Amino acid sequence: MSNINELFGKELKVINMGLDSFGDDLKEQNIKTVQMRWRPPAGGSKKMMSLLSKLK
Amino acid sequence: MVMEKINAANDKALEIILNGQPSLVGIGKCLDVVPGMTEKTLLHAGPPITWDKASGPLRGAMMGALIYEGLAEDEESATKLLESGEITLDPWHHHDGVGPMAGVASASMPVFIIKNETYGNYSYCTLNEGLGKVLRFGAYNKEVIDRLKWMERVLGPLLKEALELHGPMDLKTLIAQMLQMGDEGHNRNKSGTGMFIRAIAPHVAATSFDLQDKIDVLKFMDSNDHFVLNLTMPACKATLDAAKGIPYSTIVTTQARNGTEFGIRVSGIEGGDRWFTAPAEYIDGLYFPGYSQEDANPDIGDSVITEIAGIGGFAMATAPAIVQFVGGTPQDAVNYSTSMYEITHGENNVYQIPFLNFRGTATGIDIRKVVETGILPVINTGIAHKDPGVGQVGAGIVRPPMKCYEDALQAFVEMLEKEGLV
Repeated sequence: MSNINELFGKELKVINMGLDSFGDDLKEQNIKTVQMRWRPPAGGSKKMMSLLSKLK
Repeated sequence: MVMEKINAANDKALEIILNGQPSLVGIGKCLDVVPGMTEKTLLHAGPPITWDKASGPLRGAMMGALIYEGLAEDEESATKLLESGEITLDPWHHHDGVGPMAGVASASMPVFIIKNETYGNYSYCTLNEGLGKVLRFGAYNKEVIDRLKWMERVLGPLLKEALELHGPMDLKTLIAQMLQMGDEGHNRNKSGTGMFIRAIAPHVAATSFDLQDKIDVLKFMDSNDHFVLNLTMPACKATLDAAKGIPYSTIVTTQARNGTEFGIRVSGIEGGDRWFTAPAEYIDGLYFPGYSQEDANPDIGDSVITEIAGIGGFAMATAPAIVQFVGGTPQDAVNYSTSMYEITHGENNVYQIPFLNFRGTATGIDIRKVVETGILPVINTGIAHKDPGVGQVGAGIVRPPMKCYEDALQAFVEMLEKEGLV
């Protein structure tokens, strides 16, 4: 617990993965936030993911 | 197991691409030097297409080429001849060459001859006409035809003689130098054109031609910042053709568009000869005064060969000034270049970007990575008017259709399934 408290006592620099809105909330509180560009493999296409998995 | 096989094949393909040594070795008449060329053949950019499916600028360029050759008198007779089926339409890529924009070449046109000194294969490309109302953007009025005739009568033969005095010109070093000087070799060719003129000018002066012809040739090249594009393109073509047909390689060795369809070919699929096509996209760009997106034709031209060799859009970070021509900001240009490392098998050993600490450009597009990441190759390109006879109306950024890469991946897996490898 004490380590966590120590962390939040410092300046936070956040990498946000997933929904942009989580990062946006932090930005509104003036916390340095970088949004990681992420998307599911092959845009989520099951057909393409299946083809790719055959090549691994 | 299969992944190791594919990666080894891609290592080999990339090694061949990186070891390519394209040199300008001559200039000749298209009919005499291009394999399979005939008096009644028109070569064009992109994957195969028939007259009825050709877009406006491609139609304009084809009609113009027939008028230039004296095979037709005007638009009407050219159209009739093209509809008759008497004229063979064939992609430049089936004849070891490339053509910018509509890319139309006919028998009498002079062409650059490029040799890949490492592997012995050749490539070809016409000489650049300049911007605006030119055949490659589908314009075919008297001004266009007269310029083509002058190129056939004076520009080609004079440069041929000058090049013989100069000797073979190392294009790989020229392109590498361009990238150090703010060109990316597709839509910015300013320093490359300057270097070409600097190298050839003393020999132009030494040719047997009239003084006025020498002055006209030097002025023509100096007035056209894209003159050297028609050398960077076939240099990339000669480099990539050597890497065609490597079994099990998933590296893209052709990307091209004919104004109707975008097409790719992959090294390890059917000897690198099978096209995977999809409708060409519209370009997001800047338009010349008086024109807008409503005037634009879909993506067209073989110049996208530059991107798969690691220059053009893949090297935009080295050419920040290009954004004034194609749109966006210098940071966008950096982002385009850096994101391409996600979809290539490696990095270039010669084409480097000073701003990225001389990092080699992303080279060797892997269809597996394109499909998996969803990141499509970035292309910066000119925009042709959708109607025949008008010409260029702008320039911008475009991506290929994902369907090409997905279809190629499916065909690749099916090929391995037939062989019992997956």
